[in-house]
Amino acid sequence: MTFMRSILGAAATLALVAGTAAADPAIIFDLGGKFDKSFNESAYRGAKRWAEAHAGTFKEIEMQSEAQREQALRRLAESGANPVVMTGFAFGNVLNEVAPDYPDTSFAIIDMVVDQPNVRSVVFSEHEGSFLVGMLAANASKSGTVGFIGGMDIPLIRKFACGYAQGVKAVNPDAKIVSNMTGTTPAAWNDPVKGSELTKAQISQGADVVFAAAGGTGVGVLQAAADGGILSIGVDSNQNHLHAGMVLTSMVKRVDNAVEKAFTDGPGFETGVMVMGVGNGGVGFAMDENNGPIVDANWKMAADEAAEKIASGELVVHDYMADNVCPALQF
Amino acid sequence: MDFSTLIQILDSTLRLATPLLLACLAGLFSERSGIFDIGLEAKMLVAAFFSAAFAYSTGSVWIGLLAGIAASMVFALIHGVASITFRGNQLISGVALNFLASGMTVLVAQSWFQQGGRTPSLIGGARFEPITLPFADAVRDVPFLGPLYSDLLSGHSILVYVALLAVPATWWVLYRTRFGLRLRAVGENPAAVDTAGVSVIGLRFAAIGIAGLLCGIAGAYLATGLQAGFVKDMTAGRGYIALAALIFAKWRPWYALGACLLFGLLQALSLRTDVVDAIFPFKMPVQLLDSLPYILTVVILAGFVGKAIPPRAGGTPYVKER
Repeated sequence: MTFMRSILGAAATLALVAGTAAADPAIIFDLGGKFDKSFNESAYRGAKRWAEAHAGTFKEIEMQSEAQREQALRRLAESGANPVVMTGFAFGNVLNEVAPDYPDTSFAIIDMVVDQPNVRSVVFSEHEGSFLVGMLAANASKSGTVGFIGGMDIPLIRKFACGYAQGVKAVNPDAKIVSNMTGTTPAAWNDPVKGSELTKAQISQGADVVFAAAGGTGVGVLQAAADGGILSIGVDSNQNHLHAGMVLTSMVKRVDNAVEKAFTDGPGFETGVMVMGVGNGGVGFAMDENNGPIVDANWKMAADEAAEKIASGELVVHDYMADNVCPALQF
Repeated sequence: MDFSTLIQILDSTLRLATPLLLACLAGLFSERSGIFDIGLEAKMLVAAFFSAAFAYSTGSVWIGLLAGIAASMVFALIHGVASITFRGNQLISGVALNFLASGMTVLVAQSWFQQGGRTPSLIGGARFEPITLPFADAVRDVPFLGPLYSDLLSGHSILVYVALLAVPATWWVLYRTRFGLRLRAVGENPAAVDTAGVSVIGLRFAAIGIAGLLCGIAGAYLATGLQAGFVKDMTAGRGYIALAALIFAKWRPWYALGACLLFGLLQALSLRTDVVDAIFPFKMPVQLLDSLPYILTVVILAGFVGKAIPPRAGGTPYVKER
């Protein structure tokens, strides 16, 4: 028995030592998967950039089901990984329970606020980025009617729509904004057929620029817009290349910057809510060789000016999630 | 609401009803032979993936269509082996296939194309292009009938017309051929068919084979006709709506056409909030329009409007007397 105990004790000590020695950062990807061409892939790029710059290594887990979340989180924390970054609001509840059990580990969660002393909550000012692409949309529109197609009807997507509508109205106060949500269930994120039909419906209502904030459904929106000869706006990652010359721009959310920053700050980083907005490179609109020819220099200049004003606080874009009303758009 | 808006909505109705109609007829063949099939969704999804994948790889949408049909037939065969040969539970087999299709398509897509479970966008000959019916341009200016023909009926991909023609074809096969008579009989009283010396198992396999073919076309239409590529879970529950339409249609081909067009119309209307607001004097939530197909089906099932009686032998595997 004594012998057994000493062996166990030795093993435990060894595990502890090993744990502290390997203080690699870790990242957990949500259900969409590491290569989703969007949110998670952006996070992966940020982690990889950190690894290349610091010649470091990091641990990673891809979620395969809802039930794995807590297990994965605890396993990483117990293996000594620090900091642990996770993508997606779905981790909110789990992290709230797990974080107090590992007070020495720093956690970062993206797109959700978790109020624990060792958690950094990274949220994006999607309304500010949407405002900028709304300005570009209003400038590019010849008919004075622009469209918005959201995925699932949740406050976050309304935040996109509301910021976009404000940007449109800032350029053209008489503009008409046609807004549709794909659905009210998670299936709305992956229904490109309905996305296409919505786009066609918006085209017949006169829209000549549509902004898709709809995950996989957006693929159908961009396709139908390109087929119908109108411009579209992508979301989350740079989607300009999907239909070169037909995608006006993309509202990019720099999840990669958030992940890289968390990894660089290392264990014991500053916790609390961190807002990634236009000012600190969290959101913006994408410009590259695919949309360069279709974006007029004056439009870009106007959007850049607005970005500076938002960054300096001179211009405030209303956040739908603050009070659940939108001054520029009726839902 | 003016006439051109009406045409646009009906046009959208036709596009949205086509996959429902094909899946509904597939379910009709299968269930009329006594095999419940809730795996319509699975068959459409694999067909959507393989048609997009092969259309992209070969550049020919027709090879894609064949690949989609083949994949759907393989799934139908698995369902047949499980529920006909081994007399397993038909519902469980269908559910299992739904899960298998949802996971497998993404997995194969990821290892094949490395695009996050999607196929690359299809261009040119890898997609079904809209075809213009003869004289469509000539009669466009004829009042009323002109737009009806050249804007509503013309300008769809060929699979839409295939789906519409499948309705009379199904009616003819079921009610005017010996095969159809036996197929309906095997769903009502397989023992009688067996006594007459006709193979119950053979008939049921033939029925699910036809179901596989029709679901294959439906899936290929989603990925290569309506869309230009595959996205994970892109069928988005259409297989279940087709099942609801089948019950709504009381397992009859012409009624199936009506049910699918009605459900398609409800979906098309829910896309046009401006029209919905104009039609109804009160604020009509679009979610209600989306759920109407299911509500209507429940009403029919409860027996308020006629009675929906499924094929009597449906769901029970046939065991020969010894």
